[in-house]
Amino acid sequence: MKKNGVGMCLVLHPTGRKGGGDPSQAIIQLKPDGSLFLKVGAVDLGQGALTMLRQVAAEAMDVDIATVYASNRSDDLAPLSAGSAASRVTLVDPHAVVEAAKDLRAKIAAFAAHRLEIDAGNVELADGKAFAKDNPHHHMTFADIGMIANLGEGVILVGTGAWQPSPVQGHDPETGYLDQESVISFGCCVAEVSVDTGTGEVEVTKLVQVWEVGKAINPLMVKQQINGGLQIGMGLALRENLFPHYPDPTHGIEALADYPMPTFMDYPPELIHGIQEVPHPMGVKGAKGFSEGSATAPVPAIISAIHDAVGVWIHEVPATPEVVLRALDAKEHGGATDYWSHQDRSAWLA
Amino acid sequence: MTHILSFQLNGAPVQALVKPSDSLLDVLREKLDVTSPKRGCDSGDCGACTVLLDGTAVRACLTCALTVEGKQVVTVEGLSREGELQPLQEAFMAHGGSQCGFCTSGMLVSATALLAKNPHPQRQEIAQEMSGNLCRCGCYEEITQAILDTARKGE
Repeated sequence: MKKNGVGMCLVLHPTGRKGGGDPSQAIIQLKPDGSLFLKVGAVDLGQGALTMLRQVAAEAMDVDIATVYASNRSDDLAPLSAGSAASRVTLVDPHAVVEAAKDLRAKIAAFAAHRLEIDAGNVELADGKAFAKDNPHHHMTFADIGMIANLGEGVILVGTGAWQPSPVQGHDPETGYLDQESVISFGCCVAEVSVDTGTGEVEVTKLVQVWEVGKAINPLMVKQQINGGLQIGMGLALRENLFPHYPDPTHGIEALADYPMPTFMDYPPELIHGIQEVPHPMGVKGAKGFSEGSATAPVPAIISAIHDAVGVWIHEVPATPEVVLRALDAKEHGGATDYWSHQDRSAWLA
Repeated sequence: MTHILSFQLNGAPVQALVKPSDSLLDVLREKLDVTSPKRGCDSGDCGACTVLLDGTAVRACLTCALTVEGKQVVTVEGLSREGELQPLQEAFMAHGGSQCGFCTSGMLVSATALLAKNPHPQRQEIAQEMSGNLCRCGCYEEITQAILDTARKGE
C-alpha cells in the first residue's frame, strides 16, 4: 500500500568562517589587447565561482564581461583563497576582486592621465575607456592603454586586492565560544513523498526549496545550485549507502552502477525552487553564499515526510527500503515510533 | 595485431590504427584527440561517453572500435551546423542544463537521439530515456526543461 506524507525543514546555514580569518586575494591584469585577466584562488567545481567573480570584476571595472578572463587553475599561479568551502566564496572573494579592481583602476587612471596629458584627478574610467571628465571625447580605450603600456612602454598594469571578514579570532577560554561563521543564509524545504509499505521504497513526488541568498549575483546559477543540491540531498536521505551487502563485504560496491545515486528517474516530477533576496551588509551587493545548504535541506524534509506518511521517525540515513521496512516492522510489533538500527559496522569496515 | 579502421566522424572520413581490444572511446580520445566523450566510469554506467552511431545513442566505452567500420559516428561537436548551435544546445544554455560540464556532451547526444526518435516526449519519457546519463551536479530538472522547451519550439 502506498501512503503519502508531507514534511518540511528550515535551515540556518552558516556561510564563511571568520573564526579562522577567512582571507581571499585577487589579481587583475590589463592585457595588451585591453582584456582583463582575473586570477583568483577560489576553486570552481562547476558551481560557477569563476563566472560569478568575472561578473563582479566586469562591473567593478565597468567593462563587458566578455573581455574578462579568469583562471584558478593552479596554486602556483593563483593568489590565496581560504577555499571553496563553508559556502564562503560568494561572500568573501568578491571583496578581494573589488579591491583589486580599485587598485587597477587607479593605475590605469594614472597611466592614462600621463598619456592624455591631463591631471590624474580629471581622469574618469567607464565603459572600457579612460577619458577627461571635462572633455569625454579626449579618451583612450583599455585596448589602447593595454597596447601602449605592455608593448610600447614595457609597463605592467596589475591590480591586487585582499580581504578578510575579520582578524583570526580565538575561542573564549572560559566558555569555549567561538564566533565562527560570518553570515547565516536561510533555507526552507518542503517535500511530498509516497511510501510503499510493501517494499519500503520512498518516492519523492514533489519538492519545493527556497533560499534567502542576500543577492543572487547570477540567478540562473543560484537556481542550478538549489535544484542541484537535491541530487546530493536525495542521495543522503534515501539512497547512497555502502552498507549492508549480503552476505559479506565481498558483495559490496565495486562499480558506479552499484552505487545508487539519484538519476533522472528519481527526481520529483514537480520540483520548484525559490530565491529570496535580503541584501546583507557584509556581502558585495549584499550577496552571501548558501549552496552547501541546498544539499542538506532536503534530508530532514524527506525524513519528516516519511514520518507524516507512516508514523515512524527514522533516525538514520539513508532511509533505504530495508531501513523503512525494519522501522515499519518495529512499529507493528513493538509499537516503536522511533527507529535506528544500532548496526555494528566495524566488521564491514575491517 | 592492429587494423586500419575507417569511419565517418561528424561527417568527415577518418582512419585510425586500432587493436581489436580498443573501444570506440579509446579510438576517439586517444587516437583521434576527440575528448568530448568523457571517460567517466569506462563500464557503461554513467553515460558521459555517449555518441551517435548511425543515429542511435551508444556508449562509446562499451562499443568495440572495429564494429564501427564504415559507419557514421557523431559526437557533440557534430551537433552544431556550420558553427551555429542547434535549438537543443541553446535551450541547455538558457535553462542552465550544465554546471561542471563533465556530463554535458553525453547529455546533449542522448537528448538529440531522444528527440529524433520522439519529437514530443512527455516528462516521464524523458526521465526514462535519459536515466542512463548521470549528473552529480544535479541538472536533471534543467535538462528536462531544456528538452521540453526544444520539443515545444520544434512544433
